[in-house]
Parts: sequence; C-alpha cells; structure tokens
Amino acid sequence: MTITPPWRREERTHFPGVPAWSLATTRQAPELFEVSPLGEVGRDWALGGADGTGVRVCVVDTGVEGGHPRVGGLDASYVVTDSLTVSACEPVDPAGHGTACAGVIRSVAPGVSLSSVRVLTDGKSGTGDALMAGLRWAIDEGFDLVNLSLSTTRSHFREALHELADRAYFRRCLLVAAAHNMPVLSFPWTFSSVVSVASHDEPDSMRYYYNPAPPAEFYARGVKVPVAWPGGREIRSTGNSFAAPHITGICALILSKHPWLTPFQLKTVLFLAADNTGEAHAP
Amino acid sequence: MPPDAIERRLLQSIVEVARHMFGAAASSIFLLDPESGELVFEAVSGKGEQELVGTRFPPGTGIAGWVAASGQPMVADDLSGTTQFAHDAAASTGYVPATIMAAPLFRFEECVGVLEVLDRTASRSELDDMELLGLFATQAACGLEFLLRERQSRGLEPPDDPYVLLQRIGARLATTRPAEATAVRLLAIADELLAR
Repeated sequence: MTITPPWRREERTHFPGVPAWSLATTRQAPELFEVSPLGEVGRDWALGGADGTGVRVCVVDTGVEGGHPRVGGLDASYVVTDSLTVSACEPVDPAGHGTACAGVIRSVAPGVSLSSVRVLTDGKSGTGDALMAGLRWAIDEGFDLVNLSLSTTRSHFREALHELADRAYFRRCLLVAAAHNMPVLSFPWTFSSVVSVASHDEPDSMRYYYNPAPPAEFYARGVKVPVAWPGGREIRSTGNSFAAPHITGICALILSKHPWLTPFQLKTVLFLAADNTGEAHAP
Repeated sequence: MPPDAIERRLLQSIVEVARHMFGAAASSIFLLDPESGELVFEAVSGKGEQELVGTRFPPGTGIAGWVAASGQPMVADDLSGTTQFAHDAAASTGYVPATIMAAPLFRFEECVGVLEVLDRTASRSELDDMELLGLFATQAACGLEFLLRERQSRGLEPPDDPYVLLQRIGARLATTRPAEATAVRLLAIADELLAR
C-alpha cells in the first residue's frame, strides 16, 4: 500500500481565527516524514551516476511527437480542449516546440518519465486560459517537475498563475520556467516559487550558472542547441525556451538520486552544484 | 496619402529595415487575424514572392505559429533539407532558408503579429541577434499600433440600435486591453465632446 505523503494530502477546511497551522510540540511530536539530508553538496553529490529514473516530468507546451528518436517515448500525451478540460490525445506536435524541449530533457536525463500537455493549440488564445488549465492539471496530477518554456504577458492571469505556482511549490512539484527573451513583463518565470532559466552561450549541456541578479536565477545552454523537430528531424535552436529544459533535466537527475528533496531544497542543491558557486569560487 | 498606402509603406519599411539590419536574404511580417487566429502574410523584403501577400496560415503551426502563440522569440538554424521548413518557408516567402529568426509583435499585452528574418549574414552572436531583433520588433509594434487603430476605427459609426452598441462595447471590454487604459481613453473622448 502506498502512503500519501503529507504534501499531497487533501487540504483541510479552515475557519478564520482557528490556529490551524500551529503544532503544540510540548505535547505532540512533529510527524515523521522522508528526508534527503544535505551533506557536502557538490555536483557529484547532487547528480553523479543519476539518470532521472523514477522522476515524472510534464512538458506543458505545443504537444510532443512521442515517436521522435530524441524524445525516446512518452508515458502519456494530453491536450487542453476548447472547453478547457484535459483529455488524452495522440502524441503529436503541430508547431515543433514541445518536441524540442522534450528531446533536451531526455538528452540530459535518459531515464526520466516524460508526459506532455498541449496548451498552445490556438494561435489566438494559447497563452491564457489553456495554459492555466493545463498547468493546473499537471500540478494536481502530481508530476515532480513541470517544464514551462513559455509565459504569458497578460496581467489578467497574474494572480491566478501566482496561486498555481505556490500550489505547485507546496505540493513538491517544481515549475522550471524559461525567462522571456524580450524586455517585456511576463509570468510565471518572474515568480520566486519557480526556477527561472535564461541562456548562456557555451556548447555544454551540463554547464549551468547561478545568476545572483534575479529574476532569471540560472543560466543554462540556450544557444545553437541541437533539438528534436517533428518528423524525426533535428535542428539547432536558440532561445531561453531551450535553456529551461536543460535545468529540468538536471533537476530530474538530482531528484532521481535524492527523491525526497523539496522545491526549496532542490533549488539550494541547484545553487550549490552550479558551475560558479563551489568553494573555488568563494571570494 | 491614403491610409492604405501608409499601411503598406509602414509594413514594407519594417521588413526592409529588418533585412538590412542583419544582411539577411529576406524578411517577412505576419499579422494575426483577431477572429480566426490565422497568420496573415502582410509583407516581404528580399527573396520571396510578393504575390503571396494576403495568404493565410492556420494558427499554431510552424515557427511563426509558435512565436505568435507563446509570445517568445526564437532562432532556428540548420533548417536546409528539412521538408517542414521548406514548406513553411515556401508558404511564407517562396524562398527556402537555412536559418529563421522570428520575434513577436506586441500590442499592449497581446501578440498581434510575427516578424521573421531569413538567412542573416551580419551576425554578431545568436544572443545579440535575438536581443536586437526583439528591440526592433518592439519598435515596429509601436508603428503597427497606430496602423491597427486606424483599421479598427474605420466604418465604426455608432449603430442605431443601442443593444448592438452595448454588445460591441461588451466584446471590446472582454479583450485584453487594460481596463485602465480604456477608462482613460473614454474620459478623453468625453472631454473632447464636452469641449465642442
């Protein structure tokens, strides 16, 4: 029998004024839970020998061509319908972008379980309601990681998206979001509850840097990235959209080795294992 | 100069400048049909076919489709030999490129079109190119803003039936223009009317 971990329990109902979040630890011991202790954290501790096995990743994008050799198979493929419900669909990708992201994740974490939710189906309304519905679904489905190589510029969605990002954070579902490539304000990559990723321009898929000047917190490979493209093809692409799935893949490696890390621990491990944060880099 | 001629001149000027900035073989511009979400091919500079201006493409397909849907720019290289791009490119300009760079054109918070640059040669670096294209697309979108306003205001005399007018106002308020900007504009119009 599998036990539901505390972070996936049904939410309790609350009344205003009741100290429902406190615990009288003088008479009640904190409940036991699984812990992945932090030791001397470096790249090898973080992900040495890991391949992503056991980690469930959802690509929320344009769909993914499941049969592409670089994608290496999908566990499931879904689409947000016109009525904003989520239903199973053929693993196809009319635009190519989701396939590219999925291929990058697979290249970094070969053992990972990949699923797709297509939210960009309509050039007119793709960045709003469908994104919200697809993302909410992925968070509630209990994926460990969600790759979001997209964002919305519509401030109308900001509050609801913020709530979703926080919900994901508390459910141990880490959102890895690509920073926008233009000087515009967009969401959710600008939220602190997600891991936001921009590009560096080195041809190394495992090299990544912590950026001490947020909101883009990490730099990963995002220039001339060899990516999968529908029809079994491969192109080279540039953009933060392709940097984010590198960090998603690296997070999958870390989680497969340390499955009980929380999102804030995982972000800390990402920080400690980055190429510019080790002891050698201390001033 | 009639409004149509100004439109054509603005669109043509955007693609000419974009092509010359990057020493590119071609540049083209698409605008999004607000009703259908289709991309409408509006102008081309360089290699390509002027006759294709006005052609419509289904929403969400290919690089321009993804850029329009996601609002994110993108650079794609090493395309030659891939039939999908041959198709995309043939559909857009009649020219088959090896590289495509595309950026969204924003009006308020909404993407209203896509600017593409094919086979650039004057490249500093991928990241610099993307930044420059993004900055230019932002400037181009400001010009387009006036053009789209002009388009939308044509033939919109108040209807006799107040219900039709209310419906139209309702539909407009449901779009993504910030409510505050709409309110300020309304007050400005009221001020203008009262001043007469």
